Amino acid sequence: MNKMPQWADVVLIPLISLLLAAILSALVILAIGENPWAAFKLMVDGALMRSAGWGYTLYYATNFMFTGLAVAVAFHARIFNIGGEGQAMFAGLGVAYVCLFIPWPHWSLALIGASVGAAVFGALWALIPAYLQAKRGSHIVITTIMFNFIAAALLNYMLVNVLRPPRSMDPATATFPEATHLPSFRDMFSTADNIMFRGAPANVTFFIALAACVLVWYLIWRTRLGYEIRAFGFSESGAKYAGISPVRITIIAMLISGALAGLMSVNTTMGESERLVLNSTEGAGFIGIAVALMGRNHPFGVFLAAILFGFLYQGGAELALWTNIPRELIVVIQALVILFTGALDNMVRMPLEKLFLSMRKGDA
Amino acid sequence: MTLMQKFLGAAAGVALSAGAALAEPALIFDLGGKFDKSFNEAAFNGAQRWAEETGGKFLEIELQSEAQREQALRRFAEAGANPVITTGFAFATPVEAVAGDYPDTKFVNIDGWMPEVPANVQLIGFQEHQGSYLVGMMAAMASKTGTVGFIGGMDIPLIRHFGCGYAQGAKAVNPDIKIVANMTGTTPTAWNDPVKGSELTKAQIAQGADVIYAAAGGTGVGVLQTAADEGILSIGVDSNQNHLHPGKVLTSMLKRVDVAVYNSMKAGADLETGGFTILGLAEDGVGVAMDENNASLVTDEMKAAVEDARAKIISGDINVVAYYENDSCPAHDF
Repeated sequence: MNKMPQWADVVLIPLISLLLAAILSALVILAIGENPWAAFKLMVDGALMRSAGWGYTLYYATNFMFTGLAVAVAFHARIFNIGGEGQAMFAGLGVAYVCLFIPWPHWSLALIGASVGAAVFGALWALIPAYLQAKRGSHIVITTIMFNFIAAALLNYMLVNVLRPPRSMDPATATFPEATHLPSFRDMFSTADNIMFRGAPANVTFFIALAACVLVWYLIWRTRLGYEIRAFGFSESGAKYAGISPVRITIIAMLISGALAGLMSVNTTMGESERLVLNSTEGAGFIGIAVALMGRNHPFGVFLAAILFGFLYQGGAELALWTNIPRELIVVIQALVILFTGALDNMVRMPLEKLFLSMRKGDA
Repeated sequence: MTLMQKFLGAAAGVALSAGAALAEPALIFDLGGKFDKSFNEAAFNGAQRWAEETGGKFLEIELQSEAQREQALRRFAEAGANPVITTGFAFATPVEAVAGDYPDTKFVNIDGWMPEVPANVQLIGFQEHQGSYLVGMMAAMASKTGTVGFIGGMDIPLIRHFGCGYAQGAKAVNPDIKIVANMTGTTPTAWNDPVKGSELTKAQIAQGADVIYAAAGGTGVGVLQTAADEGILSIGVDSNQNHLHPGKVLTSMLKRVDVAVYNSMKAGADLETGGFTILGLAEDGVGVAMDENNASLVTDEMKAAVEDARAKIISGDINVVAYYENDSCPAHDF
């Protein structure tokens, strides 16, 4: 039934797509008079050759893993959750409340508390669109994207009018108490005479993201609920016939999805800025869609794609720091990767499928 | 050898051979971007002027992400840049966090606020409410309908601060004046949404406003355009925007970010740090723009009133209340 072997689907197509994106990006860089090879080396050196560079790459990757998993879980139920951005934003409020108003004795307890807060707030923000979809048939793509704007407005109101410390110009909360500061990679991996990950924001949340990857894999492929989610995704009428309630699955899948998206704000808000800022999600909710698409909705694929996008973000920062490539063009490069791995997937897939089919005919 | 290594090598070489005094300054633009026609661009113009006058070079970066704030500060400091100038209040906290690790580097933050200023940090603030007060007076004097408008960018305290000074100025001229105030949005796109600026302008005209002050970054371009098209007056912000629609822009509230950047770069490593620099009317840090483009709009009466108020604010006879003194405005409820 499969037109081509699994490895080609999982490895070959993303690699070819990446290569095409890289070639086009190189042409773009050439067109503005910079050296694409030097730019590429600068990105690799800055993102992967220094421990601080890795610290940034993994920090971004942590965000993308959470949001990528969020999109992937919903997608297994054929629900397109593009509200990860809003869910993460609202979850930031949860993290801020947990960190600011509960006197935590130790960061490990605070981390558990903040994770619960983030997951609950994120899930809540996904619950309303999920309910509207399940009970009223309001299309979830429309409602989740509208909820992104509602979350932005709500966050703005809370930060400007309620949580901002007096006299501060910055619409942000006060810095969280010392006891809630998460250990960064520097704290964890440095020795006295060898400081690693200096100044980098990667922190212990990265390991929560890894655990989330494993848990999502277990949930989707090893539990009854995961089976129901996938069955519902393959065929709603088939699932109904088997006694699976569409309302229940839609709501549960969206709650899990929202909770995962929400968890990213533990990384940004508690791990990096140590206060809630207005712009803490920075589009990671949307990058999650590309990450899930590229990772084929499999947690391991999401993990790899998240690292790749982390590399693009950190490498892009290096380009912005040391070259004259304007930041708009760095966004173009990132967009080309998304375009080729996500939107133009079939452009690579169809010729490859034909190729494999003709090879198989040759064998027979 | 990569570009970065070359660069770092060169920077280290300079630092070793000539000492830190010859280090290049660095300028970090906030997320709005270098060419926002307003705040960041003014900073860039100041740096550009310094570069042209001295033949010097400066490092620069336009940020893409919140996490890059500390990163850019650290990387420039490690590369030997001095001083490192940042634009925007959002840099206050990262600068505060980073400054202690680089005691030999001087950091400048424009618009920020810190409870305690580290010894190698200088904060530069502007008395925007004073400048806004003056343009508010002019708006009230130019208005025939008794209604003036204010269009802000994102709904943040800084913009309420602009609007609050404006409202106080307008009320000082005409206590019965009606002030219509709108904010463009609650996301950063509010700084660059001329279409929405134009819609808000039309809505305010429908409510009777015939002079509108735009403190909204790139969004203000739409406000000024629509005001000119509809035959009412507008007021620009930050840079002198009178020339955008000659004879249609009443004046502009100047905020001399360019001068602040220029002076900081000129002082270089000798920059005085460890405190606040407040630039108000007295220092010409803020002011109203008078040039040939708005000469026909400004009456002698207006000029006299503005001059008089300016002198009184400097001497302390008029107290313009800053919005963040107690996070509320006596003249308008935002």
